[in-house]
Amino acid sequence: MADELKDVVLKYVIAEYSEEGSDPISFDTPLISGGIVDSFSMVSLKRFLENKYKISIPDDQATPEAFDTVDKIAVLVRRFTQA
Amino acid sequence: MSYSEKTRGLYQSVIQGMKDAGLLKQERYIHSPQAAEIEVEFPSGSALKKVINMCANNYLGLSSHPEVVKAAHAGLDSRGYGMSSVRFICGTQDIHRELEQVTTKFLGTEDTILFPSCMDANAGVFEAILTKDDVMISDRLVHASLIDGIRLCSAMQDTFKHSDMAHLEQKLEMHQDRRLRLVITDGVFSMDGDTAKMDEMVALCEKYDAMLLVDDSHSSGFIGKTGRGTHEKYGVVGKIDVITTTFGKALGGATGGCVSGRKELVEMCRQKARPYLFSNTIAPVVVEGILKVFEILNASTERRDKLERNAAYWRKGLQEAGFVLKEGDTPIVPVMLFNAKLAQDFSRALYEDGVYAVGFFFPVVPQSQARIRTQLSAGHEIHHLDKALDAFVKAGKKFEILGKTRQEIIDRFGM
Repeated sequence: MADELKDVVLKYVIAEYSEEGSDPISFDTPLISGGIVDSFSMVSLKRFLENKYKISIPDDQATPEAFDTVDKIAVLVRRFTQA
Repeated sequence: MSYSEKTRGLYQSVIQGMKDAGLLKQERYIHSPQAAEIEVEFPSGSALKKVINMCANNYLGLSSHPEVVKAAHAGLDSRGYGMSSVRFICGTQDIHRELEQVTTKFLGTEDTILFPSCMDANAGVFEAILTKDDVMISDRLVHASLIDGIRLCSAMQDTFKHSDMAHLEQKLEMHQDRRLRLVITDGVFSMDGDTAKMDEMVALCEKYDAMLLVDDSHSSGFIGKTGRGTHEKYGVVGKIDVITTTFGKALGGATGGCVSGRKELVEMCRQKARPYLFSNTIAPVVVEGILKVFEILNASTERRDKLERNAAYWRKGLQEAGFVLKEGDTPIVPVMLFNAKLAQDFSRALYEDGVYAVGFFFPVVPQSQARIRTQLSAGHEIHHLDKALDAFVKAGKKFEILGKTRQEIIDRFGM
């Protein structure tokens, strides 16, 4: 289940943020601190997760740190899906 | 209160860090009016050098046009030097409103409001017309001033991949639950010189009930058959809800900007936009200069036609010489060098040969996308362009990049 979740998030992140000629993105690639996802674009990532998993992530928990890698995003999403 | 040695040391180390990374910007002092040929002191203290200017936003060559200068002189005599007030207190002259009306007619919009600069227009417009219930969806390559304006607004922020209409459509679909949607783009993208697909964007905005805002600073006065801007080029005049633009580039090149578009949106800016409310507007002397610029442009398309010919001539010359260029058909022609140091060295070699064109590198452009951005002007004559081309070819030979592909240049100089 966890791996499936990570695969879904990774697939979305690649489709959304990967540009032609850019480095490959994996589960532990720093997305925000690595400059791949800017603070503007984090909104659509959060909305995607909320719609896909029928959850609501409070703004104070949707921090750049919590969204920095696919691994961390998966942890965050699991916390709310299990709640 | 105290500027201690510790505080001073902190700033000094930050500045030194920029210097060490080769990112410290240095101004070059120009001792002549802005024109195709200028006299430059660089480095500071050195003898003046006459060079061809290939990097000004003086697209129409009007920055020092005698009629514009004369009109500004007359404006100084008739309306004085400064206003000493913001617009809504006692800082609005008849000529400010006249300029708003002339701009409205030129751009084919409903109304216009002046700002001290387009940076200020972009800083003020979003917060004035949107709330937290709305969403702003911007192209990922929009100008820094739009990004700053977006940051100052409480509406939700999202982006779409550069000029990717399928991606924009996905975002518009996703945000249908917001009260209002505003799509944001540059008309001409300043670093790459490509144009936004205005016709497709208008169609998408109509389909998904979204407003469209375009910053046409690098278009107003010369893009489109009569120079109205990218909306004219793409046949969508009257369909852009907000156009922000500058008078600091093609339209005289002094200062000032505006928000032009739907009259209710302009009125919202007049009531709420903070750079409008809390800052003086354009000085009367400049307003008179801009009014003359519009008079010149309304009388003839000669200058934008010449600019178009110059841009085509320049692009063809560079292409035939074997440079890697960014695709496009605007007067912004980026010569791609990919490596930051190469861009700096190339710029220096050009300067030695009498051509002024600066190198751009990260963070102004993405990593490994360093370039020399050349900009054409109607003030350029063919002999200027031929001389500049000779300097480019000479530097191209020196660094052995002519006829080389992107990969070959990167293999030799690094990313």
